[in-house]
Amino acid sequence: MSNITNEGLILACSAIGAGLAMIAGIGPGVGQGIAAGHGAAAVGRNPGAKGDITSTMLLGQAVAETTGLYGLVIALILLFANPLLGKL
Amino acid sequence: MGNEVDFMIHGYYKLNLFGSEVYITTTHVCMFIVCMTLIVVGIIVNRYMKHASSIPGKLQNVAEFYVETLDGIVKGNMFHHWRKYADYILTIFMFILLSNLSGIFGLRPPTADYGVTLPLALVTFFLIQFNAFRTKGVGGYMKSLTEPIPLLFPINLISEFATPVSLSLRLFGNIMGGTVMLALYYGLLPRLATLGIPVFLHVYLDIFSGAIQTYVFCMLSMVFIADRLPE
Repeated sequence: MSNITNEGLILACSAIGAGLAMIAGIGPGVGQGIAAGHGAAAVGRNPGAKGDITSTMLLGQAVAETTGLYGLVIALILLFANPLLGKL
Repeated sequence: MGNEVDFMIHGYYKLNLFGSEVYITTTHVCMFIVCMTLIVVGIIVNRYMKHASSIPGKLQNVAEFYVETLDGIVKGNMFHHWRKYADYILTIFMFILLSNLSGIFGLRPPTADYGVTLPLALVTFFLIQFNAFRTKGVGGYMKSLTEPIPLLFPINLISEFATPVSLSLRLFGNIMGGTVMLALYYGLLPRLATLGIPVFLHVYLDIFSGAIQTYVFCMLSMVFIADRLPE
């Protein structure tokens, strides 16, 4: 291996870390899909309450998406506003 | 290939306030445009409603529809204290909705900057804490943090502070994600593929996602504030 500078090592490990942070996207995908399935079953049982069921389901899904967004924010920070470079 | 991929905030003009350097950035310009649009629309609707007729014209119809629908939602969540908080909720609903939708008009949405969403969430946080202190008193509020077991005091304290953090990060992450994906699409594909096809991306990322995030922000603000109000 040729010379790997300290800065190159930090950037490479940040890129790997950004990719690992996006694995947090599995959780909201599975959870929101299950919630949408329950919502569709509820509309099938009670077609008159479709408006209420839809808005409750959308509210719950947007709250459940938050943890996936935390992963996205960490990945964006590592790629574009890396705070570890200044600590060399 | 198209232009460069660019979604960062640029500083346009450097000022020198009280000895430190301050920039006028993209977010300042876009927020100025959004706020001026809201002020102009507000003045026009105000002048128009002074001559309100009982058979409403188009502008009066839209204004009444907006206020009545959102007043109904606030009333459904906050019961008999709704009149005090309806102004705040309707104002931030309109501001966040127009900010999220301004991506279609070529602006960089001001809510894609954490320095805009954090103050919005902090205002809600101060409303929640103020109401909690006013309802229960200082001693009663500290005591309620140690329920049901005194061992849970740090967890209750952290969950109090997690509320504005999660509110602001949810809005910021959704809109910033949309901005990044659209900048990647426009930046990396040849010119021909950016005519007409991005419409579907804009519809999902800007319109649908922006409207849902507005609704969620306002609903969660109302639910958290109503949780601390006296019965």
